[in-house]
Amino acid sequence: MIACREAVERLWGYLDRNLERRQEEELEQHLGLCRHCCGELEFSKQVRAKLASSGETGLSSTGRERLEEFVRRLGE
Amino acid sequence: MTVQPAATRVPDSFATLVAPHLDYLYAFAYKLCGERTAAEDIVQDALVRAFRARDSLRNPAQPRHWLTKVVLSAALDRERHERPHDQDVPLEDERFSLFDTLVEEDPFPYSDRLHLDFLDLFDDDNLTAAIQRMNPSYRATLVLAYVYGYKAREIAELMGTTTGTVLARLHRGRKQLERALWEYAKQRGLLKGESRR
Repeated sequence: MIACREAVERLWGYLDRNLERRQEEELEQHLGLCRHCCGELEFSKQVRAKLASSGETGLSSTGRERLEEFVRRLGE
Repeated sequence: MTVQPAATRVPDSFATLVAPHLDYLYAFAYKLCGERTAAEDIVQDALVRAFRARDSLRNPAQPRHWLTKVVLSAALDRERHERPHDQDVPLEDERFSLFDTLVEEDPFPYSDRLHLDFLDLFDDDNLTAAIQRMNPSYRATLVLAYVYGYKAREIAELMGTTTGTVLARLHRGRKQLERALWEYAKQRGLLKGESRR
């Protein structure tokens, strides 16, 4: 069975579905027996969700006007 | 006369082409650079590049992917010129685990959701500021993958590199992100030791 260090290295790849089938099976076998790495997996999901939930920072109205004016001048 | 459906209608000027995407481009640039004035500068630089290269746009009805690539390139070029990389969070210890560090340091001793409490310290502004401590290529890769949902092969195409390099950047970027979040929280005094619940 793979060690915790190896398992943790693979967690984000696992969540991204970027692992090879054999790597995935080894990790799942490890997760079935290791509470610590299950905690790491859960936390990895939470960190990814944090990144994904970060909001869009919109343009201010003056910023939008500046950019629109800039684009108009490019076309002249 | 043939009337094209609105979704596929080709804009008749560069201004019309980019106008619906300005908010998106600015938000993307802000995620990459973490500073509002710089984000506007990056978008302006990208618009000049896009205007000059407008003949290379293959699908004028859907220019977002192309514009994303141009903004990414402008942002990374700016980083290379203006920001020394020794400001990046070091990666000398790849074994650093934020999960374990939080358990060991226990910044919220009375919390029963320690790890979530830590993440709750980061509103959008704090999160954007924290990730500025990362290597620009790693940061851009993580932003594309986890904020905008691009696949590794799509990021490789956007960044002009291989899928293998993107996977390596995702891996190293995650380690650097964990360190960046921890060090930012410590240095900004976000960890006060008291329970948040």
